Amino acid sequence: MKRPSRSLMIFGVLGFVFLYAPILSLVVFSFNESRLVTVWGGFSTKWYGELFRDPQILDAAWVSLRVALASATLSVVIGTVASFVLVRFRRFRTKTLLSMMITAPLVMPEVIIGLALLLMFVAMESILGWPGQRGIMTIIIAHSTFGAAYAAVIIQSRLVDMDLSIEEAALDLGAHPVRVFFDVTLPVIAPALMSGWLLAFTLSLDDLVVASFVSGPGASTLPMVIFSKVRLGVSPDVNALAAIIIGVASIGIIVAALQVSRSKKISQN
Amino acid sequence: MSEAIAVTGLKPWTDPNAVPFLKINNVTKKFGAFTSVNNVSLEIYKGEIFCLLGGSGCGKSTLLRMLSGFEDLTSGQIIIDGQDQAGIPPYKRPTNMMFQSYALFPHMTVEKNIAYGLKRDGLPRAEIATRVTDMLSLVQMGAFAARKPHQLSGGQRQRVALARALVKKPKLLLLDEPLGALDKKLREETQFELIKIQESLGVTFVVVTHDQQEAMTLSSRIGVMTAGKIVQVGTPREIYEYPQNRFVADFIGSVNIFEGRIAEDGESHVVVACPEAGLGIYVPHSIAGVIGQKVAVAVRPEKMQISKGDLGDLRNKLSGTIDEIAYMGDSSVYQIRLDSGKRVRVNQSNLFRSEESSLNYGDRVNLGWAGNAGIVVTS
Repeated sequence: MKRPSRSLMIFGVLGFVFLYAPILSLVVFSFNESRLVTVWGGFSTKWYGELFRDPQILDAAWVSLRVALASATLSVVIGTVASFVLVRFRRFRTKTLLSMMITAPLVMPEVIIGLALLLMFVAMESILGWPGQRGIMTIIIAHSTFGAAYAAVIIQSRLVDMDLSIEEAALDLGAHPVRVFFDVTLPVIAPALMSGWLLAFTLSLDDLVVASFVSGPGASTLPMVIFSKVRLGVSPDVNALAAIIIGVASIGIIVAALQVSRSKKISQN
Repeated sequence: MSEAIAVTGLKPWTDPNAVPFLKINNVTKKFGAFTSVNNVSLEIYKGEIFCLLGGSGCGKSTLLRMLSGFEDLTSGQIIIDGQDQAGIPPYKRPTNMMFQSYALFPHMTVEKNIAYGLKRDGLPRAEIATRVTDMLSLVQMGAFAARKPHQLSGGQRQRVALARALVKKPKLLLLDEPLGALDKKLREETQFELIKIQESLGVTFVVVTHDQQEAMTLSSRIGVMTAGKIVQVGTPREIYEYPQNRFVADFIGSVNIFEGRIAEDGESHVVVACPEAGLGIYVPHSIAGVIGQKVAVAVRPEKMQISKGDLGDLRNKLSGTIDEIAYMGDSSVYQIRLDSGKRVRVNQSNLFRSEESSLNYGDRVNLGWAGNAGIVVTS
């Protein structure tokens, strides 16, 4: 391969600076001694300590974590079923429509998703009497709608690549179709399920808009708390919190990327 | 377990009292308006290696998939060992299949791949272990038991796939282009190994292939397929020496076809008037035809002789000019242009070592073949 030219290198570096300088400064200032966010007052980890003594933040983190775990899992289940229908079933009349409907949440503005879900929950409450109160459950459902869309796209591409004769071989060797799914299909698509799950998890942790629409009293997610705190002025403990979130998200993304590249290597061989 | 046919030399298909092991009765398979398999009937006997031979899209793989239960029949019946297979799903059939892509489970080791079928049968662990070990040594893969499929070469994967399909001791083993993915040299070695394994286990094999050489080497009998139909069933020798129609003659090996009309129809011979060859071709077998009927005579290139001198008392003699010579080492292929303009292919073994061929481009040669070398093919 050709070595990139000097000007290309400069633009590349500028691009990365543009992307990562704000994040880096946030992480650096999370170790700031001073209460003022923009003035460096020496190195300290006290804001991290402060963070873990703040019950509001801890509660919100716990809510966010539970929502993310549940909605990521639900997303993968829905996404897997949808992918199977789209990839494995013979052509049926509404297949294209279904395929479009599954991917629509990817491009739909979050405000609209949030508003639509809120209206639906309100209507359901008055007609069915459920959900009685908006809270963690409604956020999980809402996050699953777009989480499932992302998971479906990832799982679908893996299913399309999968050699069908592997499943036939298992059938031929005496395995019942249900058995085949758990013994052969699931292990083969496992890397895709994993990366789909991680993506849905990160998206859920990250979401502010949809959660704000569908949440209720006593169920504030971490982004909601941060946003409300920032409106009162940026405090250094928010920086510390953000630094932790960045760390967790980075680990998740790296693991997902490694999974995908490893499974690609195996299937290429 | 019955002895394999190659060992005993028996020909159950010639015995009117023999009971076929696999019966395919008037099987048809349609995909929408397209008929993939068209009214096929076959009887295959225990211990045979039966090859379904045909070009791509001739329906041979579909037929195999119907035997294994992956495709439903549009009409007809498949009976294996006296049991009608209608409505029996693949996982309950007494057949096992070796897939063209091998279809090894990528996440399992070689050992687990082979053990998978036995585990599904719920066999005791100790028995599974011994049978897997036996199978691994049969295919000479004992040293690779702990490897994953992606750490194996093509030839090794082929062995694992074979072992996995054989370990359940199926009544019928179905092989879809078993040697297709191997290179030429490995393929030739593996062919004989496959026959050896089949002989030692006595399992009945049905093999699908498009490679006539493979079919000739492996099989006890060959069924030649085209456009969803079986056009001829016979031993490799029968198929090669006595093709029943032009398609078979042309598909198996190479052949020279002379078009003509029946000029003389005797008790034990026919003469076909053939303007292309410029003579009446003598064939020493009678056919059910009428004088003047359009037929063709098929003559294999290696059964023809050429010489600059006299050919002696060969029954059919022509002359022509050498157009092309291809030196193949063990033999040479000559393209001869007859006076009518028709080109004929002749194979001559290179029996003696010599620096130069006595025959050259543009040479005028005599060409001939013995009476019994030709065969009349209708349709």
